Amino acid sequence: MGEKRSRSFYVLAAFFAAYVLFLYGPMIAIYILSFQGPDGGLTFPMNGVSLVWFGKVFSGSGIVDIGAAFKRSLELGLVVMVLTVVLSVSAGMAFRKSFRGATFLFYVAIASLIMPSIITSLGIALEFRLLDDFIIKSGAENWTTAMGLFTSGLGAHLTWTLPFGLLIMFAIFNRFDGRLEEAARDLGATPWQTFRHVVLPIILPSVVGIGLFGFTLSWDELARSSQAIGSVNTLPLELQGLTTTVTKPDIYALGTLTSGVSFLVIFAALVVILVLQARQRRHGSDAGKGMV
Amino acid sequence: MMLIFTLFFLLPLLFVTIVSAWDYNEYEMIPAFSMRGYTDTFEGCIAGLPDLCTILKTYLKTLKLCLLTWSLTLLIGFTVSYFLAFHVRSKTWQIVLTLLCTIPFWTSNVIRMIAWIPLLGRNGLVNKGLEGMGLIQQPVEWLLFSEFSVVLALVHLFTFFMVVPIFNSMIRIDRRLIEAAYDAGATGWQTLVNIIIPLAKPGIVIGSIFVITIVMGDFVTVGVMGGEQIASAGKIIETRLSALQFPAAAANAVILLGITILIISALTRIVDIRKEL
Repeated sequence: MGEKRSRSFYVLAAFFAAYVLFLYGPMIAIYILSFQGPDGGLTFPMNGVSLVWFGKVFSGSGIVDIGAAFKRSLELGLVVMVLTVVLSVSAGMAFRKSFRGATFLFYVAIASLIMPSIITSLGIALEFRLLDDFIIKSGAENWTTAMGLFTSGLGAHLTWTLPFGLLIMFAIFNRFDGRLEEAARDLGATPWQTFRHVVLPIILPSVVGIGLFGFTLSWDELARSSQAIGSVNTLPLELQGLTTTVTKPDIYALGTLTSGVSFLVIFAALVVILVLQARQRRHGSDAGKGMV
Repeated sequence: MMLIFTLFFLLPLLFVTIVSAWDYNEYEMIPAFSMRGYTDTFEGCIAGLPDLCTILKTYLKTLKLCLLTWSLTLLIGFTVSYFLAFHVRSKTWQIVLTLLCTIPFWTSNVIRMIAWIPLLGRNGLVNKGLEGMGLIQQPVEWLLFSEFSVVLALVHLFTFFMVVPIFNSMIRIDRRLIEAAYDAGATGWQTLVNIIIPLAKPGIVIGSIFVITIVMGDFVTVGVMGGEQIASAGKIIETRLSALQFPAAAANAVILLGITILIISALTRIVDIRKEL
């Protein structure tokens, strides 16, 4: 690597810029279009600027009950986030020592990650259908279904978020200095104290990252939810349904809102991570460099 | 954790396999052994020879989409990671630029698909632009709701899955190796082919596994961007499901699963995933 930037640097930088434009360009286009005037259509040019379409989304006219779907998605996302964080961190800790079935669990997690979503989704749907049949047969007359947002839907989302959480935990603990824990133990800390005062503060920024993954992946999850969510829909499912029927910019407004939530969460998480890292640096530790 | 995976992943898979061998009629499944799910899927395949039957055509098309997406994401993903890993010098910039690539991944896929509509539609920006330049007289129809738009959207959505593992492999290449190659008189191209690509291979393989499995099973992107007109392996399952033909859907899922496992096992011959974390 010479001191001067080579020509290939500029070529690659241009390529990278083009890629970023490719990533963001279309999204920015719909954010702009969602402020389309009342007479505007689905494409450019803009016919004035207004918030009409946002109003339409909130008043719910023309669109199925978006507010409810919005709330459902939010609740599910939060539950998934908490569960992902708790389970990933404990599994991550467990994986540091070998235990029976560790390799098996690891491969199952990877398989769950790369399994085509539709198959997982179909499987969960079948599982709950059979369960329902079984319950009805065994005498429960009024039983409708065990399928729902917080049973099958939650499970479907967890098969998607947990592998991510686990992989992040692996990445953290591969760079984690085990001597810190030994030192704590030598000083007489209980295992819980060691975890609470030594391990947790060090891994906290990454744990926030896991939470971020947990929430956003659930918030936007579509393919796995499609068959497994039961009778109600989450926001992405409603959105997908709308793509084929809606001809007005309110779908863009909805898209802008949904992304708004995503960006808010991402931004909040990043700020928290930065603050935590700054605090670690201030306290003179270099252990927090193990950011993913 | 094991419990959750068992309940929501292993058991469902088991049920898919079992149900795929069940009988069914118009509105319910019948727990009796039958290969109807499979025979219905391949209906007319033998009678229709030498023409390919619908199902084989569909799988071939899925493979084609998969191959196209894979090569494009690999090309773009490799170039982007190469730039990030070797040409961006300060750590801060690396993090900032990587985040820039990651943020879209945290936002909704559906929205990122819808986002192409105002650009590619009949009155979209691209057509308007080309007309304005006088290059075309009529709007180009194949931009949206076509295989082109499906591949475009897939590349748009999933290049991220290539960038991360490849970048992760590249960042761990010892810089001294590259300097040594440089000192030994290798050209930039030789260094790339003989040193960087072999060392980045694990990342390439992992990225490929992600992209291929996602595209093979995808039905949402194909549905939305193909205007619900293009068939794919995942789409068949969805169609069967909406007709409540669970065993047939399950049979298709098993076939798809088989193909995916074949591809993955071929790829994992090349690297051990666990070592690469």
